[in-house]
Amino acid sequence: MEKFTLGIAQLAPALGNLDANLALHDKILREAEGQGVDLLLFPELSLTGYFLKDLVPSVALTPRDPRLDLFKHASRRMAIVVGLVEESSDRRFFNAAAYFEDGKLRHLHRKLYLPTYGLFDEHRYFAQGESLRAFDTRLGRMALTICEDLWHPATAYLAALDGAQIILCISASPGRGLRPDGTFANAAAWEHLNRAYAQLFTCFLCYCNRVGYEDGACFWGGSEVIAPTGDVLLKGPQLEEAFLHVGIDRREVRRERIANPLLRDERLDFTLRELKRITRDLERIRRARGEETP
Amino acid sequence: MKPPIIMPELTLDWNLCTKVLTGFIQSEVRRPGFPRVIVGISGGVDSSLAVTLAALAMGPENVWGVSMPYKSSSPESASHARLIADRLGIHFLEIPITPQIDAYFAAYPDVDHIRRGNKMARERMTVLYDHSARLGALVLGTSNKTELLLGYGTLYGDMASALNPIGDLYKTQVRGLAAHLDVPPEIIGKAPSGDLWAGQTDEGELGFTYEAVDRLLYYMVDRRYELPALIELGFDAAFVQKVFRRVQSSQYKRRPPIIAKLSARTIDRDFRYPRDWGL
Repeated sequence: MEKFTLGIAQLAPALGNLDANLALHDKILREAEGQGVDLLLFPELSLTGYFLKDLVPSVALTPRDPRLDLFKHASRRMAIVVGLVEESSDRRFFNAAAYFEDGKLRHLHRKLYLPTYGLFDEHRYFAQGESLRAFDTRLGRMALTICEDLWHPATAYLAALDGAQIILCISASPGRGLRPDGTFANAAAWEHLNRAYAQLFTCFLCYCNRVGYEDGACFWGGSEVIAPTGDVLLKGPQLEEAFLHVGIDRREVRRERIANPLLRDERLDFTLRELKRITRDLERIRRARGEETP
Repeated sequence: MKPPIIMPELTLDWNLCTKVLTGFIQSEVRRPGFPRVIVGISGGVDSSLAVTLAALAMGPENVWGVSMPYKSSSPESASHARLIADRLGIHFLEIPITPQIDAYFAAYPDVDHIRRGNKMARERMTVLYDHSARLGALVLGTSNKTELLLGYGTLYGDMASALNPIGDLYKTQVRGLAAHLDVPPEIIGKAPSGDLWAGQTDEGELGFTYEAVDRLLYYMVDRRYELPALIELGFDAAFVQKVFRRVQSSQYKRRPPIIAKLSARTIDRDFRYPRDWGL
C-alpha cells in the first residue's frame, strides 16, 4: 500500500502488570480499528512498563506465548508493534519489539544498545540484541528500533542502507534536564535526532514515546512522525496519554530521494574500508598498551 | 516585596515544572489507591509550595494541611500556615505538640536545642502519620534538594514522607515556583527557618546564603564540576570544601538503613524491585 494510516498509542503502561497492560492494549486496538488504522505502534516495553529491575523474568514472554495471540488475531485487520520482554530458548531476556501482520509475528527486534548509565540500568537485566534487519511488510520496507538504538547513528544508517523507507522507533524516554523553554533537554535532543535521520536517510521516522510516571520519573510523550523532507506530520502532546493517527504517503520517499539522492551517493565500499582500517588501528593501539581486544 | 532571586542556571519553565509535579502527585498517590494527601505545613515556603501543588493535583477537598506549633514557635509561622490553607481552601488542622514534648523533656531538662529540635520534628512526623492512617491520606514530603543534599533536616522527622514533589528543586527554585503559583510574598520573602528555637535561621546556621549554595550545588551535583573547575567559576575553595563535606557526611540520611548481608538475596542489594511494583 502506497498510502496508509499510522496510529500511535501514547499510553502509560502499569509497571510489572501484564494482565492490566494486555487489557489496555486490547482496548486501544479496538479504538484503532474504528479509526481505520493500518499500522499501530505501542511504546517500548508497552506490555510490562519500563523500570522493571528484578521483575524482568516475571513478565517475560516467549514469542509463542498464547498471551500474544491477541496481537496475532488483531493483526489480520492491522499491523501492530508492541514492546515486550522476550525470553529466548536459552533463557536470556531481551528488551524487544514485535511486528505483527496478517495473523503472524512478522519481525522481532531485540534492542541493540542497552543504556546503563545515569538513571538507566538495562544491561544489568537484559541481554543485547545482535542484529538489525529491515523487513518487508504490506505497508513497505521497514526497520524497527527501540529508543537508545537511535542514539547510535549506525542504527539508522544501517536501516536505511538495508532498504528501510520507514524507520519505526518505540521508546520509553524519561524526561530529564527541565529547561526554561518549556521542554526537557533530552526531549529537545530527540526532536533533533528524528528530524536529522528522516532528512539524512530520506525516510519516514515514526517515534512512539510513552507517558506516565514510574518511581518518580516521568515519561514525556511527544510522539512524532517526520516525513523524508524533515516536515513534522504529527506531534503528540507532552506528558499526556493520547491516541494519534496520521496518513503516510510512501510516494513522498520517492519524491524526496529524487530531490535529494543522498542514499544513491552513499559509498559503502569506502565506509567499510575505513571501518576496517579504524578497527585495525584500534586493535594495534590496544595491543601496544597491553590491553585485551574486545 | 522583591521577587525571589534565581540564578539564570537554575531558572526553569514553571508551567512545565508544575505540570510534571502535579502529574507526579496524581499518579503516585492515586495508583496505590489513596485518594487524599496530608502535609505538615509550617508557614514556610517549602511546605506552602508542596501543599499548593497538592491542592492543584488532587483538588483542595482532598488535601489536609496540619500546623503543629510548639509553645516557643513563632506566632508568624502558625498564622502563615493558616494563611496558605485558607488561600487554597484545603482542610486545616492545628495540633500543638507542646504537651508531649514538655512531658518527654521533663525527664531531661538540660538537653541542647538540637536534641529538642529533632524531637519536635519527629513528634510532628508521628502526628502526620497518625492522621495519615485516620484519613487514608499519603504524607507528602516538603524537603527541597538543597537541604536534602546538605543533610539539613531531621532523619525520620521532617525528612520522612511517602512521596516528595519538591525534592529535586533547589531552595531558590522552590521560591521561583512558589511565586509562579501565587504563594503569598510574605511567605516567600521571609528568612527561612526551622523555627525549632527562637532566632534560628537556616542561613545563619549554615553560614552561607541559599543563592550561593544552590548555584554551587548545581555545578557540583547536576553538572559534575570538579573542585578546580568550581574555583575557576569563582567559588571560594573553602566554601566548596565545606559544602562538599556536608554532602558527603550526610549521605546516610539519603539512604535507607544498610542491612548486614547474609543470604543470597538481600533487600535493596540483590532484591531489587521498583517502588511502583504492579502499579
